Amino acid sequence: MAILAIPKVLQGPEELSVDGPKVIKTFDIFGFQINFTETVVLEWIVIGVILLAAFLLTRNLKVRNVSKRQAIAEMAVEAITNLVRDTMGKRWLWFTPYIASVFCFSIFGSLISLFGVRAVTSDFSVLLSWAAVTFILITATKIRYGGIGGYLKGFVDPIPVMLPINILSEVSTPAAMALRHFGNIAGGSIIMGLIYYGLANLSHMIHLQVPVLTVGLPAVLSLYFDLFSDFMQAFIFIMLTMVFISNAGPADDEAPQTN
Amino acid sequence: MEMSEAIVLAGSAVGAGLAMIAGIGPGIGEGYAVGKACEAIARQPEASGAVTRTMFVGCAVAESTGIYGLIIALLLIFLKPFT
Repeated sequence: MAILAIPKVLQGPEELSVDGPKVIKTFDIFGFQINFTETVVLEWIVIGVILLAAFLLTRNLKVRNVSKRQAIAEMAVEAITNLVRDTMGKRWLWFTPYIASVFCFSIFGSLISLFGVRAVTSDFSVLLSWAAVTFILITATKIRYGGIGGYLKGFVDPIPVMLPINILSEVSTPAAMALRHFGNIAGGSIIMGLIYYGLANLSHMIHLQVPVLTVGLPAVLSLYFDLFSDFMQAFIFIMLTMVFISNAGPADDEAPQTN
Repeated sequence: MEMSEAIVLAGSAVGAGLAMIAGIGPGIGEGYAVGKACEAIARQPEASGAVTRTMFVGCAVAESTGIYGLIIALLLIFLKPFT
C-alpha cells in the first residue's frame, strides 16, 4: 500500500512498445494513401531551427572587429569547406552547401530526440529519401562525365556476365547508406527504451515506488547512444556521400575544366 | 495463447538472438581496423587527420553487416512478421 499517491509520470514506463511515427492525418491522393506523420512536423521544426541559426549567425557580417557570432559562423563554414576540399578535391567545392545542409539536418534531426520526441532520423523514409538524393547525384555525375553511353557501358564492365552484380551494387549503395543511419539511430533509441523499462521494473521489484534506479546509468549511456552516435552517423553519411560522388567522376588531374 | 502462436513467438525470439551473432564480424573487423589506424598514426603522426577519417568511413562500412543483423532482430522482436 502506498501511503502517498505517486504521480503517474514518476512511476516509470509501464509497458514497452515500439511503433513507427504517429500518423496525424491520412490524405488520399489519386488512390495513394499519403500519411502526414509526426516526422513531417518535426522536420519542419528542425528546418526552422536551422534557418533561424543561419539567420542569427550571419547578420551584420564585418571585415574588421569580428564579433563572436561571426567567428562561430566562419569557423563552421571553414571546417566544412576544408572537409569537402580534403575529401572530394578542389573542383567539387561547389558541393559544400549541399553537404553542409545534409550534415546540419542529420545532426539536428537526431538531437531533437533529446527533447523527448521521436528523432527525425529514426524514420526510415527520411533516410531513404536522403540516400535517393545521393543516388541521383552519383548517377548524374556519372552521366555528366561519361555520357549516357558510358554510364550504360559501366554496367557491363569488365564482362557482360557482371551485369546483375553491377546493378545490385548500384542499388545497394543508397540502401546500405540509409539502413546504416536508420539502424544506428533507431536501434540506439530502442536500446535506451529497453534500459529505461528494465531499470524501472527492477526498482519496482525491490519495492521502490519511484524508479530511482533509472537515475544515472541511462544518462551515461545516452552520451554514447544519443550524442556520439548522432554526430558519428551524420559525419559518416556526408563522408560516404562525398566519397561516392567524387568517385563517380574522373580523377582530379584528368578532369575536364567545367567552370 | 494458442500453442502454434506460442511456438512462433519463441522461434522469433530465438531467431532474434541468433541474428545478433552477426555482431561478431563487425566487432573483429572494426577492432582490427582501429588497431591498424593506431599503428599508422604512431608511425606518421602528421597524417592522423586523414587516417582517422578513413578509419571512420571504413568502420561505418564494416558495421553495415552488423546493422543488418540488428534490423532483422528488431523486426523479429517488435513487428513479429510470422504471427
